[in-house]
Amino acid sequence: MSENIIALLKENVIQGRMTRDDEGIDEALTGPGVLELTQAALDNNIPADEIITNGITAGMEIVGEKFNAKEYYIPDMLASAEAVSAAMDILKPHLEASNIETKGTFAIVTVRGDIHDIGKNIVAILLKGSGYEVTDLGIDVPTEKIVEYVRKNKPDYLGLSALLTTTMLVMGDIIEALKAAGLRDKAKVLVGGAAVSEEYAREIGADAYCVDGFDAVRVLDSFQKAKS
Amino acid sequence: MPREGILIDTPCERMTGEQIKKIHTASLEILVDPGLICFNQKAAEIFAAAGAGVMSVESGDHPTWIIKIPEKLVLDALDSAPKTVKLGARNPDNTLVMHGDEPRVYFVTGSETNIWLDVDFHTYTKKSDPATEIQVPEFIPRRGTVADLCKSAHVCEHLETLDAYIRTVNIQDGDITEDNKDVNKFFASLNNTTKHVMAGLTSLSQLDNVVNMAKLIAGGEEQLRENPIISFITCLVKSPLQFVDDTTETFIEICKRGLPVVVSSSPQAGTTAPIKEAGIIAQINAEVLAGITLGQLVNRGTPVIYGSVPVRARMDTLGDSYGSVETSQYNIDCVQLARYYRIPNYSTSGVCDAKIPGQQSSIERLFSDILVTLGGPQFLHCAYGLLDCNSVFSLLQAVLDDAHFQMIKFFLRQPRIDESEITDTLKQIRTVVQTPQKLYIKYIRKVMRTGELSPPYPFEGDGETDSVFVLAYEKMNELLAKPVEHIDQATTSRIFREIPGLLPRLNVYEEGRQQ
Repeated sequence: MSENIIALLKENVIQGRMTRDDEGIDEALTGPGVLELTQAALDNNIPADEIITNGITAGMEIVGEKFNAKEYYIPDMLASAEAVSAAMDILKPHLEASNIETKGTFAIVTVRGDIHDIGKNIVAILLKGSGYEVTDLGIDVPTEKIVEYVRKNKPDYLGLSALLTTTMLVMGDIIEALKAAGLRDKAKVLVGGAAVSEEYAREIGADAYCVDGFDAVRVLDSFQKAKS
Repeated sequence: MPREGILIDTPCERMTGEQIKKIHTASLEILVDPGLICFNQKAAEIFAAAGAGVMSVESGDHPTWIIKIPEKLVLDALDSAPKTVKLGARNPDNTLVMHGDEPRVYFVTGSETNIWLDVDFHTYTKKSDPATEIQVPEFIPRRGTVADLCKSAHVCEHLETLDAYIRTVNIQDGDITEDNKDVNKFFASLNNTTKHVMAGLTSLSQLDNVVNMAKLIAGGEEQLRENPIISFITCLVKSPLQFVDDTTETFIEICKRGLPVVVSSSPQAGTTAPIKEAGIIAQINAEVLAGITLGQLVNRGTPVIYGSVPVRARMDTLGDSYGSVETSQYNIDCVQLARYYRIPNYSTSGVCDAKIPGQQSSIERLFSDILVTLGGPQFLHCAYGLLDCNSVFSLLQAVLDDAHFQMIKFFLRQPRIDESEITDTLKQIRTVVQTPQKLYIKYIRKVMRTGELSPPYPFEGDGETDSVFVLAYEKMNELLAKPVEHIDQATTSRIFREIPGLLPRLNVYEEGRQQ
């Protein structure tokens, strides 16, 4: 029974089916999706770490392989990551109770004056799907609020997003404000968005520039590796 | 099942109904006054017998007549000319069925060029940074050969968007003469594509050899009538308003045999036609109507196609300017006129002024390809591969053009807006707005896999590198490596036995053949 649930969970992660209403790539696959199967696994007392390792992570590994082999496209990868992200929300209290750690904590925000959030949301989905604990602070967020969040929560990483050439300037202000508050070394700052470049990231003293969500996963994984 | 072509729901039209009638009336007036100069005796006799005004005039050594075609003859001809013309093919799935009142477009190559453009790639190194290299194409013009024609037909067989084949290159091999050009031209084309083949005739003496060859391939006389795998283009009226002797003779003989034939006219606004739109359109319409009338007088009910190749003159050289905006306007006007008469239309687009593939050629050809397609001609000879007006053919350009037409065809797909689509969409919208990310991305997946999304431009390079030519060249070679279904061995043997003048090297079943 347990093995069956985990196998189905893995398959549904691969198929990118969040709920029973979603269509996967294989249209013949119906029944419960990742959310329902995660809940069923918990109801059957399957430990959270087993759900993650043998169901979710195992599924995502195959999704990654298919993506690298160009069998899967970005929308496929995102569908799987979104399903995993929703499953992680259900699993979060159980992970805390079992002292299971996530890969790291990541807060993401679209800076003041900017309301664009497609890129931010995609980055959040992919990172969450990759095992990071992600907090989305929203759009058009005042600098003081971001500084306050870092002070209180001390995330490992802070992602700043801006689409416009005017609002990207706020990223520099945030880094300066973190410095002024003595918090610059509390979180690594990653920047991204259509107007931003590697050069600009260096100029304002960010720790990294991420060209897209996949790059964000790579950059964070490399920081994690360096830590260990 | 015939080929589908692309149906234009709401064709792009320039002229109002009233303007069409004005042009029609003006054309009928032109046919009476000044009428046409005719250099062909048979045509003069046919018109005279039908009641047209025919006057012999003194004009140098060549017998010449003035023909005044009364309205009644023209209207009778428009009445008897078939409103549906079928163009058959070796593979029946490649048949084209053209209804004069239905704007269903088929894309076709053409016309015949003297020059074949080879391409070679050279690698250039940046002087200030030797690690940086780019590949630049060199285009090398040379005279076309029968082997080139085979290659062109071969690639065109595999171009997805191409519905029929008009011979693209004039064969100028040393052993090609006026007397064997037609049989070799038709055989080289027919043997390398299973699509419909259309061409002009170089020598009337070869008409029966070509028709007999087509009968052998189609399986007999009746089968050829049912499945006309070949058709002809004739420019019997030279602008302004002159029946040319030899082409008119050829046209009459083709009409007698009942095979489909294009009555094509190619006036140049500014030199051989008035520079203003109303003038060139009234004249080209009169010229085509004169040809259609002659065809119906020769053989009532013979399938004729309204052929229009109007062009504006360049102001710097007075040569053709196919890239001019007006040329597209004239073509769309002619499409409208043919539709008004409910006779299938052979129209023109994609011919460009540029001499080699590149930005100018892409801009000029895409502009007219999109617009004239939207006009809704049934048979659009849209110049796959043609450059420098009508004088150069590039196989690489033909492959690039196929990508353009894939985009055009995709754009012209019918919108899918029905109850089930609306229901699904509303459900999707209501679901997504409740999610934290509010993204529709997961719904892309199914659409992406069912072919409902247009593919990316097939010759897109990595990063900032422009790899269009390199990738199109790879594609061209891929297509050349794909096999084609040649005419079967028994029929080929019979053709080579019974049809005189064929070059032995075109027989693919002979040992050591060289195409």
